[in-house]
Amino acid sequence: MIAVVDYRAGNVTSVARALRHLNVPCVATDRAEDLRRAGRIIFPGVGAAGEAMRNLRETGLAGCIREAFESGKPLLGICLGTQVIFEYSEEDGRTECLGLIPGGVRRFPGDLREGGDPLKIPHMGWNRVSFQVAHPVFAGLPANAEFYFVHAYYPAPANEADVAAETEYGIRFASAVARGNLVAVQFHPEKSGRFGLRLLENFSRWDGSHAQ
Amino acid sequence: MLSKRIIPCLDVRGGKLTKGVRFKGNVDIGDPVEAARQYYGQGADEIVFYDITASSEGRDIMIDVVNRVAETIFIPFSVGGGIRTLEDMRRVILAGAEKVSVNSGAVENPRIITGGAVAFGSQSVVLGMDVKKVETSARIPSGYEIVIQGGRKHTGLDALWWAREAENLGAGEICLNSIDADGTLEGYELELTHRIATHVKIPVIASGGAGKKEHLLDVLTKAKADAALIASIVHYGTHTIGELKEFLAGGGVKVREVW
Repeated sequence: MIAVVDYRAGNVTSVARALRHLNVPCVATDRAEDLRRAGRIIFPGVGAAGEAMRNLRETGLAGCIREAFESGKPLLGICLGTQVIFEYSEEDGRTECLGLIPGGVRRFPGDLREGGDPLKIPHMGWNRVSFQVAHPVFAGLPANAEFYFVHAYYPAPANEADVAAETEYGIRFASAVARGNLVAVQFHPEKSGRFGLRLLENFSRWDGSHAQ
Repeated sequence: MLSKRIIPCLDVRGGKLTKGVRFKGNVDIGDPVEAARQYYGQGADEIVFYDITASSEGRDIMIDVVNRVAETIFIPFSVGGGIRTLEDMRRVILAGAEKVSVNSGAVENPRIITGGAVAFGSQSVVLGMDVKKVETSARIPSGYEIVIQGGRKHTGLDALWWAREAENLGAGEICLNSIDADGTLEGYELELTHRIATHVKIPVIASGGAGKKEHLLDVLTKAKADAALIASIVHYGTHTIGELKEFLAGGGVKVREVW
């Protein structure tokens, strides 16, 4: 059973729909005991970091996520769920986050250009994800696969070793990170067609070890 | 680098698919959920649904369609048509749409844009604009006017002004439809698209007029649109989305080539 953390931050339903489509049992929940019982946890989210962290602290879910990370349980962060696992985000002034992975989350510079044209913020649409490591969660995804993004802030891990994939949008940024039993992606696998579903299916079978 | 998006548009009335030509003479061509599934498989980057039903009963049918679409395709899709209140927006988003588009509803009550952006995030709020070319005047300096009710009613709003106003109010994207080009199959309104796309910082989806694959190439390169809305060119089997993308990639446009 996969628990999809529901902390009033958006896309929980679409993640649960995608899992149901894959016949993967899941429950959308905000209860600590569900997260403890679940074999795997997906931590989604859209919206702003400040509000998300407030909700996570008030509901006690922040502690549950940390506990799950430390227990070795497979954990998948998506979009805002990925951003709040870092130490801080530049969003909403400066938001202190969960600190599971060293590094921060930065805003795209306002003056990005590509081929002479100014780039629009947020980074919204389909973009290529270059996987930097062989990882069971990314198995079977072609090198030119694209995924759907919607974000104005990007993950900037402090350690190169945590970068699992990179994407270019005026700058090159970490579109996925991986450390031990944690994989976190900035894009939306639940809205990224067949390859996104493949990633979710891979996660539903992953035991949390990163050895191939 | 982002891919340019190819977005089929499905008009729905009473839960059934139609294709309007100049907003008149619609004929039913099938089931919207099945059509969405087909286009998803063909590599559509997103799908737009327009609910052209007026009744509240029709609206309930549409919510059911949205729910079924959300269980069938796993790419973003938007729903528009008759959206007037935050509650209208909430219903389609809860049913599984990624985005909701407001058109006349925003002209009548621009605050709905801000309300939607605050409640659901700017990325979920699309401003639909129907635009008609008119004589340049003091009121309409660009010579492009916003019209509503399928082009029958002029609003006195300049399209360039309205695009930027909507951006300031919190719209995350603009779907720009030329009433003059719509249904002609003679190509997008390139000048209008270029002027709007370079006037705002949010993405612009060009709509109206696609009849040949060259039309898509022009609007995505010369006119700088971020995405192209298509209807007849795929609804009647002239091209598959895959063929269109292959052509565009050959013309140097970055598109999503595997799916």
